[in-house]
Amino acid sequence: MNISLLGVFRRDLVCQQVVEMVTAYLEDGLSRSDRRRLEKHLAGCPLCTEYLAQIRETIRLAGQLTPEDLSPEMRSDLTEVYRRWLADG
Amino acid sequence: MGAPRPAVATDGTLPAMESDAELLRRLRAGDERGFVTLVERYNGSMLRLALSFVPSRAIAEEVVQDTWLAVLRGLAAFEGRSSLKTWLFTILVNRARTAGVRESRSFPVADAGPVVDASRFGPGGAWVTPPEHWIEEAESRVDALKLTGLLRGAIEGLPGRQREVVLLRDVEGLTSAEVCSVLSISEANQRVLLHRGRGKLRSVLEAELGGGSR
Repeated sequence: MNISLLGVFRRDLVCQQVVEMVTAYLEDGLSRSDRRRLEKHLAGCPLCTEYLAQIRETIRLAGQLTPEDLSPEMRSDLTEVYRRWLADG
Repeated sequence: MGAPRPAVATDGTLPAMESDAELLRRLRAGDERGFVTLVERYNGSMLRLALSFVPSRAIAEEVVQDTWLAVLRGLAAFEGRSSLKTWLFTILVNRARTAGVRESRSFPVADAGPVVDASRFGPGGAWVTPPEHWIEEAESRVDALKLTGLLRGAIEGLPGRQREVVLLRDVEGLTSAEVCSVLSISEANQRVLLHRGRGKLRSVLEAELGGGSR
């Protein structure tokens, strides 16, 4: 992906370009003119709008993954680490 | 207000969580409960991250344990300029890379292919095989556990650097600046890795949940 290259064309964006710009768009990393062109494309393209929504949904789902709980073994190992650290003071 | 969580529960349904700063103060004062509470808060995330660098759970647990010791020893140097979570992750990544067999065999640069297969677009660059619908399916899924397992598996299946960036950014919720700092990578590199990683996760979800034709 080379976002700067995409900026060379002043024509309308096509879907294949849009999907490669989605992350930069979400990261607020597009130039103002690229952003405008992308938003113009999205306004007329339900398929790319769907794609963008899917990327957002992917991010949302990833954010819901909870880590595992602390195992009793790690808890006691780490408590021991803490006690030794305290003792070494 | 640098604390990641509100000091007071506003809706009254949950007890107020102690701030990281308060727990650090307690553990410095020799309060073991303060330390254990901090461990309960971050150990799972640290383990998950460590697992993406090293080839086995045993090594990952070792790395996490080493990290906690390094944290205790380095407490005096922690000035609270970054969040505690970012600081923990930075130490962890350094340790994991030292221990990490996986790192040495991982590819230095992200793979270069497009994020959506070129065959899905026509010669003019418009969709010919459009994205299959799956958002409603994901949101209404009764079997949330299966969806979670699917996504976890998809993240584990990402190439090393992409997995690290996606984990830190989208799973742990760090900012891009924090991710760059934790992994010592440039903003541009971070964005490329994130782009590829998210794109692959989306394809997995589409392939699993996508409508009809499959």
